[in-house]
Amino acid sequence: MPHLATYVALVDHSERTLAESLRAVADGHARQADVFHTCHTLAGWSERHREDLAPVVERYGEQDDVDEPERLRADALTSTREGEIGLLRDLQDLHLLATLVHSTWTVIAQGAQGLRDRQLLEIATSSTAETTRQLTWLTTRIKQAAPQALIVAP
Amino acid sequence: MVDRITDIWGERTPHPRGTVWPARVDLHLEEGVAEGDVERWVQSACLLCSNGCGADIAVKDGRMVGVRGRAGDTVSHGRLGPKGLYGSTPWASSPDRLTRPLIRKDGELVETDWDTAMGRIVEVSKRLLDEKGPLSHGFYTSGQLFLEEYYTLAVIGKAGLGTPHMDGNTRLCTATSAAAFKESFGADGQPGSYTDIEHCDAIFLYGHNMPETQTVLWTRILDRTRGENPPRIACVDPRRTAVAEEAIRTGGVHLAPRVGTNLALMNGLVRELFVHDWVNHAWVSEHTIGVDELRETVDPYTPEHVADICGVAADDLRAAAQVFGESSGVLSTVLQGFYQSHQATAASVAVHNLHLLRGMIGRPGAGVLQMNGQPTAQNNRECGADGDLPGFRNWDNPEHVQQLADAWNVDAMTVPHWAPPTHAMQIMSYAETGSIGFLWISATNPAVSMPESARIRRILAGDQCFTVVQDLFLTETAQLADVVLPAAGWGEKTGCFTNVNRVVHLSEQAVQPPGEARSDLDIFLMYADSMGFTDRDGAPVVKWRTAEEAFDAWAIVTAGRPVDYTGLSYEKLRGPSGIPWPANAEHPDGTDRLYTDGVFPTDTDYCETYGHDLITGGAVSEQEHRAMAPGGRAFLKGAPYTPAHETPGDDYPLLFTTGRTVYQFHTRTKTGRARSLNQAAPDAWVELSPTDAAELGINEGDWVRVESPRGAIEVRARIGRVTPGAVFAPFHYGHWDPDDLTDAEHRSANELTMTVWDPVSKQPTFKTAACRVTRLRAGEGPAPAPTNTASAPAPGTPTRAPATGGGAATSSHVLDETPHYALDPSQEI
Repeated sequence: MPHLATYVALVDHSERTLAESLRAVADGHARQADVFHTCHTLAGWSERHREDLAPVVERYGEQDDVDEPERLRADALTSTREGEIGLLRDLQDLHLLATLVHSTWTVIAQGAQGLRDRQLLEIATSSTAETTRQLTWLTTRIKQAAPQALIVAP
Repeated sequence: MVDRITDIWGERTPHPRGTVWPARVDLHLEEGVAEGDVERWVQSACLLCSNGCGADIAVKDGRMVGVRGRAGDTVSHGRLGPKGLYGSTPWASSPDRLTRPLIRKDGELVETDWDTAMGRIVEVSKRLLDEKGPLSHGFYTSGQLFLEEYYTLAVIGKAGLGTPHMDGNTRLCTATSAAAFKESFGADGQPGSYTDIEHCDAIFLYGHNMPETQTVLWTRILDRTRGENPPRIACVDPRRTAVAEEAIRTGGVHLAPRVGTNLALMNGLVRELFVHDWVNHAWVSEHTIGVDELRETVDPYTPEHVADICGVAADDLRAAAQVFGESSGVLSTVLQGFYQSHQATAASVAVHNLHLLRGMIGRPGAGVLQMNGQPTAQNNRECGADGDLPGFRNWDNPEHVQQLADAWNVDAMTVPHWAPPTHAMQIMSYAETGSIGFLWISATNPAVSMPESARIRRILAGDQCFTVVQDLFLTETAQLADVVLPAAGWGEKTGCFTNVNRVVHLSEQAVQPPGEARSDLDIFLMYADSMGFTDRDGAPVVKWRTAEEAFDAWAIVTAGRPVDYTGLSYEKLRGPSGIPWPANAEHPDGTDRLYTDGVFPTDTDYCETYGHDLITGGAVSEQEHRAMAPGGRAFLKGAPYTPAHETPGDDYPLLFTTGRTVYQFHTRTKTGRARSLNQAAPDAWVELSPTDAAELGINEGDWVRVESPRGAIEVRARIGRVTPGAVFAPFHYGHWDPDDLTDAEHRSANELTMTVWDPVSKQPTFKTAACRVTRLRAGEGPAPAPTNTASAPAPGTPTRAPATGGGAATSSHVLDETPHYALDPSQEI
C-alpha cells in the first residue's frame, strides 16, 4: 500500500502547513481581533488532527519519496500581506490550503473504507468535519471582507 | 414619603402563586412642586432601563417636573424604580444642554446654525459617495432612540445610501440576546412574558443582577418570593448580589463560576438533565432537532469536571440542576454576565437548551427572558438600524430582500445584503483606517462605553474619518466630533418603543426642546432631504414627515413577519398602555407569550437566519439549512467550553470584570445629572475580595491602580463581595463629571477591556480581561461605592462606609383594587 502511505504523509504535511499558515495569518492580522483568535483556534484543530493521526502514521509509515503526489504539496504562508486587501488575499490562500486538506482526507477515507480500517476511517471522518468548519469560516470571513477591500480600502 | 435611594424596590405587595400582581403607584415630583400644581400629565414610559414601565410625565410651566407610574400599565402595574423616579426629568433643564449645532473650525468646536452644520455634513457625504460609494458611510446608533427614528435611519441607510455599515450601542448590550434567539428558534423575539413570574415555581437568573438593572421586575419577583407558595431562586453570578441572597433565602442555589467559564457550567447543567432523565422525550422529538449531538457535546461535563473549570462545588451544580429538573414551571432570565462574557451566544443558547429539553416554553410560568440592557434596544433590532434587515428578515434570503425593495420601491441591488451586516467593532476598525470616512453617531457615547477606549478616542479624534455626533450634551464622544447636532430627548418628541418582553409603548411629546435642538427623526429627515435620496420613480425614499406616519409605514413592512405591528396604531397605543407584539387581526390586543403551540420560526423560507457555527461564527448555508428540514422545530445547539482569550498569568494575576450599579445608567448622561442618584454613586471604584485585598495590603477606600495590557485606572477600593481572584469595576464613569472632579481622567473601566467579541453575536467581551492591582496611597475615607447593593462591603469587614441614602421624597400607594390587565393569565376566566 505505498500510495496510502504517501497520502498519510500528504495529509500530515498539509495539516501542518495549514496550521502554520493559520498562525501566521493570525499574528500578521492581529489588529483584526476575530481573525487573530479564530485562526489560532482553527490551527489548534489541525494540530489535533495530526495528533490523532500519529498512531496511523506508525502503522503505515509515511511514504514521501513517491514522486507523483509530491507536486500537490503546498508551502506554508510565512509572511502576510498588509491591509484589508492583504487580509482578503491571505484568507483566500488559507482557503486553498484547507481545500487541499479536505480533499486529501476524502481520498484517505476512501482508502480506509477499502481496507476496512475503522480507526483511520474515524479519524478521517472527524477531521473532514472540522476541515469543513474551517472552510465555512473562511468563506464567511472572505464574504464579509470582500466588498470593503475591493471597493473602498485605502 | 419614601426615599427610594435607601429603599430601592419600595413597599412589598406579596401575593400567592397564580394571582395577579397588585398595583402600586409610584410618584416623584421635583422639590417645591405638589401634585396639585401639575398642569398636565403626558403619556409615556420610562427610558432608564429595558423594563419599559408605563409612566406619565408631569408638566408645569412648560417644563417636565416629575413622573408617575401608570396603574393600568401591563409592565409595571404603576411602579417605577429609583432611576426612573429621580433620573427621568432633571437632565432636560440642565444648563449644559446642547442648544445649537457645533462645527469644528481650526481644531475647536464653535457654535453655528443648522444650515451650515447640515451643509458641511452633506458636502462631505456627497463627496465620499462620488469618490468611494456608499461603503464609505457608517452609522452608529443607540438603544435610546425611538422606533420611528431607527426605521427612518434604516431606510436612509439601506434604500437611500445602500451601506451595510449600520450598528448601534445595542451591539454592546443586547446583540447576544438576539443572536441566541435566532440560533435556537430561527428568529429574534422574546418567547416569555413578565407574567411568567406569577406562575412559575423556580426562577433562574444567569449573569443577571436584576435588583440593580431592572428594579421594577425584581420587585415583581420579590412580591412572589415573599408571598405564599414562593418560587425558588437560582443565581449564576460571581458576586454575592441580592439575587444570590434571595436564592439562599428561598432554598435555591447560588453558583459563582470563575469569570469566563459560563459555558462549562451550562454544559454541566444540561448534562444533569440527561443523566437524571429530566427530559420530556415526546415534546423534544416533536418540537426540536439536534438532541443526540447535544447529548454528545455535553457528555464530558460531569459535575466534578465543571467544578474544576468553574470553581463551583459539584454538589451545588447538582442541586441547581435538580431545581431546574423537578420544578413544574421554570422562568429563566439572562443578561450581561453571559452576554458580555466569553462564549456569550453558546452560553445563552444553552439556557434555551435547558428549557427545550423539558418542554418548558410557551405556557404561563415556563419561559425564557433574554434581557436587554437599554430601553429601546429591541426596536433597533426590529427596525434594522443595527444592520439586520427590518422585520426580522434574512439578509441571505433573496425573497426577503425583494419584499423590502418592493416596499421601498428601490432596486433590490441597492439594499445591502451581499454580506453579513457590519458589526460595531468592525465599523470602528474601518473608521480607524479611513475605509469608512463618514461616521454618524446618534445618542450614545462610545468614547466611554466601547472596549479599549483609548483606541476608540484615537479613531474618533483622527482626521481619517469625518464624525457627526447628535446628542443631548457635549459628551466625551461629542467633544471629538467634526459636527455636533443638538437633539431633543425623551418628553421633547413623540415616538414609540418596545421593551424586553415585546411590549410597545407610545411616548408623547410633553414639552418643547431647548433652543434649536431638534428630534432625531427631524434631523434624519433633514439629511435625507438635503441628500435627495429617491426611489425608482424619482419620489423621495423616505415618504413620511411625522413620527406617526413613520410608525404606520413601519407597521406595513412587518406584515407576515414574527414582529407583526399591523394591529397597532397611535390611537390603539393611547388606550390601556403596554401592548405586546405580535398584534394583528388575529391578535388585536397583542400576544402575551410566543410559541404556545411549540412551533418556531425555523422554516427555511421564513427564518431570520440559517444559523452559525457557535465556535467560529461560520455561516450555515441555505442548502445545509434546508437539508436539516427544521420545519418549525427548535434547534438544540451545543458547543464545548474553551478558555477565555485572556487568562490571568504572572504579570496580570487577577480577572477584571465590569458591570453596573443601580444608581447610574450607561455613561451617566442623565443619571449623573440627577442629584439623588449621583450622590448615591458619585465616583468610580473597584471591588476586591477580602482575600486579595489582604494579600495586596489594600484597605477600604485606598487609592489603587488597576492595570491591564491595554490601560490603567486609578480609583478607590471597596473590600467587597466579588469572588477571590476577581476585580469588579463599574463602567459608567468617563471623564465628564457634574461636580468637575479633578481626578476624573483615570477612572473609565473600558481603558482595560479587550477588543474581542463573540463569534456569533459580535458582542464585545467586557467581562474577561487579566489585570493587576497595586496600592497607591491611603484614601480620605471609604470608597464611593453604594453600601446597599452588590457593591456593599464584604460581610464581617470593619468599614466606616456610611449607609447609602439621602434620596429626595417620593410617594407610593398600593391600590385597594387591582385593575384589569389585558392578556394577564392570572385574570383570565
